[in-house]
Amino acid sequence: MAKSIKLRAKAKGDVATVKALISHPMETGLRKDKKTGKPIPAEFIQEVVCESAGKTVLSAQWGSAISKNPFISFKFSGAKSGDSIKVSWVDNKGNSDSLEGKIK
Amino acid sequence: MNHNRRVLLKGSLAAGAVGAAVGAGLLTPKAVMAAWAKDAFEAKEVNAAMTGAMGSADATASDKIKLKAPDIAENGAVVPITVTSNIDGTTNMSILVANNNTPLTSTYELGPTTEAYISTRVKMGKTSDVIAVVKAGGKLYSAKKEVKVTIGGCGG
Repeated sequence: MAKSIKLRAKAKGDVATVKALISHPMETGLRKDKKTGKPIPAEFIQEVVCESAGKTVLSAQWGSAISKNPFISFKFSGAKSGDSIKVSWVDNKGNSDSLEGKIK
Repeated sequence: MNHNRRVLLKGSLAAGAVGAAVGAGLLTPKAVMAAWAKDAFEAKEVNAAMTGAMGSADATASDKIKLKAPDIAENGAVVPITVTSNIDGTTNMSILVANNNTPLTSTYELGPTTEAYISTRVKMGKTSDVIAVVKAGGKLYSAKKEVKVTIGGCGG
């Protein structure tokens, strides 16, 4: 599951805007396979945590109603260009991934 | 023997044994991740989902919360939602879709320096109110907006 995350973080003055795009199927478990008629098992991200410079800036819990290939954007203050930023996620199957970058 | 079993579980908690157990349906994912608010995400009613996620279903409507969503969503599978709260001391936010099978889509805990602004994309089964709930200073505030859906995004 490597490289499932695309991350952009930009500082404008004191405030950093973070945008993250994760590639993930986000199956609800309610859909059925059209060919076999069998339900497709649920597979969705449950937890997303974002840290910057060692501090947690956002921790999110997601349900299956978040869209496929989820996108999230948020802002936080007290950031400066060059600070580290890290996004990680865990899904209901125990898969996980994380990506660390720098604020531009 | 018990001791060994404990060590093994700890060692492989992240992916190995537990992951396999989840895949085989032996454990529900929620049993593994205690932190995930299972009751809230599986609740079928808005009030129950809100209570599970935010501690109460008693929220005051506030025009200080800006909920940006399309009036008409052509594709219910991808509905962009942006929530901005102008209430001081906002610590938690949740986004609910009233008519979805399970209304709670997501809940966010903001860090001390994080601004009360979240933008994401949700699935909607049919035309429904989208509700943003914000917790500030221990109190709940909400805002809602109806989004018309022409093609549902759940099931298929």
